[in-house]
Amino acid sequence: MTTAPASIVTAATKYRFRPGLIVAWTLLFIGGIIMVTPLIFMFSTSLKSAGQIYDLRLIPASPTLDNYIRVLSDGRFVRWFLNSSLIAVVVTVSCLFFDSLVAYTLAKFNFAGRKVIFLAILSTLMIPTEMLVIPWYLMSSKLGWLDSYWGIMFPGMMTAFGVFLMRQFFETVPNDFLEAARVDGLNEFQIWWKIAMPLVTPALSALAIFTFLGNWTAFFWPLIVTTDKDLYTLPVGLSSFAVEQSIQWEMIMTGAAIATIPTLLIFLFFQRYIVRGVMLGGVKG
Amino acid sequence: MASIELNKIVKQYGAVTAVHGIDLAIEDGEFVVFVGPSGCGKSTTLRMIAGLEDISGGELRIGGEVVNQREPKQRNIAMVFQNYAIYPHMTVAENIGFGLYTSKLGKAEKDARIRETAKVLGLEKLLERRPAALSGGQRQRVAIGRAMVRDPAVFLFDEPLSNLDAQLRGQMRLEIKQLHQRLGTTIVFVTHDQVEAMSLADKIVVMRDGHILQVGAPMDLYNRPGDIFTARFIGSPEMNMIGATLRDGRPEFGANSGSVRWNVGEGVPSGTGERKVSIGVRPQELTLMTADGGQSDFLIEGTVRVAEPHGSETFVHLDLTEGSIVARAPSDRVYRPGEKLCFAADGKNVRIFDAATEKLLH
Repeated sequence: MTTAPASIVTAATKYRFRPGLIVAWTLLFIGGIIMVTPLIFMFSTSLKSAGQIYDLRLIPASPTLDNYIRVLSDGRFVRWFLNSSLIAVVVTVSCLFFDSLVAYTLAKFNFAGRKVIFLAILSTLMIPTEMLVIPWYLMSSKLGWLDSYWGIMFPGMMTAFGVFLMRQFFETVPNDFLEAARVDGLNEFQIWWKIAMPLVTPALSALAIFTFLGNWTAFFWPLIVTTDKDLYTLPVGLSSFAVEQSIQWEMIMTGAAIATIPTLLIFLFFQRYIVRGVMLGGVKG
Repeated sequence: MASIELNKIVKQYGAVTAVHGIDLAIEDGEFVVFVGPSGCGKSTTLRMIAGLEDISGGELRIGGEVVNQREPKQRNIAMVFQNYAIYPHMTVAENIGFGLYTSKLGKAEKDARIRETAKVLGLEKLLERRPAALSGGQRQRVAIGRAMVRDPAVFLFDEPLSNLDAQLRGQMRLEIKQLHQRLGTTIVFVTHDQVEAMSLADKIVVMRDGHILQVGAPMDLYNRPGDIFTARFIGSPEMNMIGATLRDGRPEFGANSGSVRWNVGEGVPSGTGERKVSIGVRPQELTLMTADGGQSDFLIEGTVRVAEPHGSETFVHLDLTEGSIVARAPSDRVYRPGEKLCFAADGKNVRIFDAATEKLLH
């Protein structure tokens, strides 16, 4: 009667008493707490009135939704929310289209200089945004793009990271699929759109999530390129709460809490794509 | 339907020549099988016919027209790939219908064609399924359906059965042959499996190292292989080769002179001098002798190393003084290692190949 479970008991024992695993889980648990605490604190503060914000208790003594009503009835906040939404959506769609197109070309066509072009694109990943901001600004200024949606969006319309990520995925698409479509009479654009793109949906999802989140939280470049408050994105607008009046932490935290909702929702629904994307494309913050 | 002509077709990849100026005529409605080992250029040739590879030299005609510069879609061909290449994100109906993507037919007509094709291939009940929910054989049928639905002039098959298990492969082989009999469309089929080649082809093209070695009907190649490579490649188990020297028109078997005896008849290359040759005889052409062989032209004697019973027959591996052979023997008895056996063959079935050029002499 005891023969069958023997191996299970051994496996469970091994699993339970491996010291390395205990250390790893403990570190991950502490890491998780460190990551989540600011978020919890943000939501907690958003439920406090102005007088309570320096009371550091996590659960407010008298929770209130007044801050949310104030923020949402402030026309500027709604405008910034819409600005961020528009910019994130347009840039995401653009990245999905152009990054995939370039990646597909680099993965599936043989032409002289293919590797050099890919390396050149990849090498731009090493240049930090801070170094690019000045040339971007000068370019925007000369072309009259300052204080415009296009000015905010253009640097992100195509990304080296997206090209890299998508190329890795397109490499895995068997050539037979593409050749079968070629024999069936599709042109190269149709083959990409009708055959290759549906086959890399997981990668497209991952790229869409990364791009959307990256642009939703974009702060540095939108801050520099815009002075018109109507064009502010949400992070820039929230920071202006802190600057223009005495710092209203409860308002900033409420705005930030609302701004976090799309991010949380996206992560909740597309978690597996994010994990897969990180595993495939290396790490991207 | 259409004929295909290859005139001095060459394929080069940089400095490497994969196909060396081959000539071949494929008749309208013919089932032609390209066979050969990996890297012999058979798939490359097929892909050049399909338009998926550029032709480096020579002229390719389909239906009498030169198509070297034409895109695949302009050649009126359909191709079935080794990995089926049916799209995982489409249903069976969509996959079959994809062959009509560029067709100008109306939706109702397209649907009718899809249903008709599905009916022929026994896929009617699976039309709404996705490829992931299909077996290997069903996927292969979908791939064939996508090719069929367009009613092309030529079907190209690139090792379409190699991913199937042995039983299914046999079944699909039969279905493809029946399909050809029903449609009568020209088919070019690539395989490295000689059984497939023998059972399907009207005409077999044996290739090696980018050259065509021999073209002919399956039984012609089986009975009259032009060289040692074809002799060994066609037929299973492969043809036995025994080294010998032809001296003044008479074979001498050297170390094997005690094991092999051949009273040569007419037609053996005569002439003076000596020539190194290989004597070829198929395992199936050897008959087990019960006594000492009597009056048979060709006798071969050896010691059983191992016997492989196949049910209806047993293949016996015999050690000769030098080298070994395989012979087909009746399966009604057991052959024990170490046992001495004698086999005979009709002299007409014994072939002589030049050892240097590997070409058939007799």
